[in-house]
Amino acid sequence: MIALILRDIRRGYAGGGATLVVIFFLLTATLFPFAIGPDPALLARVGGGVVWAAALLAALLPVERLVAPDLEAGVLDQIAVRGRSMAAVAAAKIAAHWIAFAPPLMLAAVVAAALLDLSAETLERVEIGLAIGTPGLAALAVATAALTASFRGAGALAGLVMLPLAVPLLIFGAGALDGGEGAFKLLGAVSLLLVAGAPFVAGAAMRTAME
Amino acid sequence: MTLVVDGLAARRGGRAIFADLSFAVDAGDALIVTGPNGVGKSTLLRICAGLLPPFEGHVTRPDRVALMAEAAALDPDRTLAQALAFWSKVDGADDPDGRVEDALADVDLAQLARVPVRMLSTGQRRRAAMARVVASGAELWLLDEPANGLDAAAVARLEVLVERHVERGGSAVVATHLPLHLPATQRLVLEGGA
Repeated sequence: MIALILRDIRRGYAGGGATLVVIFFLLTATLFPFAIGPDPALLARVGGGVVWAAALLAALLPVERLVAPDLEAGVLDQIAVRGRSMAAVAAAKIAAHWIAFAPPLMLAAVVAAALLDLSAETLERVEIGLAIGTPGLAALAVATAALTASFRGAGALAGLVMLPLAVPLLIFGAGALDGGEGAFKLLGAVSLLLVAGAPFVAGAAMRTAME
Repeated sequence: MTLVVDGLAARRGGRAIFADLSFAVDAGDALIVTGPNGVGKSTLLRICAGLLPPFEGHVTRPDRVALMAEAAALDPDRTLAQALAFWSKVDGADDPDGRVEDALADVDLAQLARVPVRMLSTGQRRRAAMARVVASGAELWLLDEPANGLDAAAVARLEVLVERHVERGGSAVVATHLPLHLPATQRLVLEGGA
């Protein structure tokens, strides 16, 4: 399993995957000042929420590359032949995806905070929220990737599946910005639930896709 | 008894492709499965590998099975040796790099060990997939059209490898439509039109 995690992390960073997520995230974050006007006070107020929404959209980006290529190339078949459960494979993929996607995103959030003129306090809350919420996002991304792996043009479908399910993360992540301590706990609860449930959903989906 | 198939029936897309198939492959045995395209050779192998559930019947297989299927399952951006070493690590081998080196020598690809997989030709990828089977050290080899895309010399090498595996007490099931000179003790001809 370690070998699988290392391989997926490498694949996550290879080919500019992580860079693409970071650039997309920053681009989305910079769109908001253009859309709602460059008023610093307004930006500072909505900025934290903007970072969260951008993070959610950026998390969608690598979904197509998480499971579908492995299904097509027969990698999942070869792993299954070796007697590994697909749920364990999904758990490894979640761990690898989180490692490949969360740290660059959290670094990029610092840059986004500067662009949106967020206070140090808001940035801190955003970063804590992202640290708690990104495992849930990674789990959701892998589950979505597995569910849509056998469809052509799964990208758009992935968005339809994943974004509604990610709404609780967004609500509690952005809710924690206003200083509600309870929001962090609820964010953690949602994230844990996703991390605990996603491997089984993704594992079953990958099994079905292989048949 | 390595692989036992008892009363096996398979369906694909709701259509029965074969039914009531029974055979057993012992250690030191090889079974050659032949038959026209679409008759279910690959399906049979995938069921034997545990990738597909049988529609009816039972399959008993050993713990360690190696499958050579149509898809190469090698990361295109990695070198051949790295891509194979990954699988050797998944297999839990003690010395993955050493195993891969030996297996690559067996399929005569040692000189390409440092070449990225995406640069390899079709036949070379098939030989690389064969190297993965050799390196796996599995008791049972399931080979689906292993000779596809291979030149005459590579086919001869494939036959030698299967023979060596069987002589060492391994077993193999080979689905092929090409005439292969294998030390097969059993033959199974799947008939079409079922």
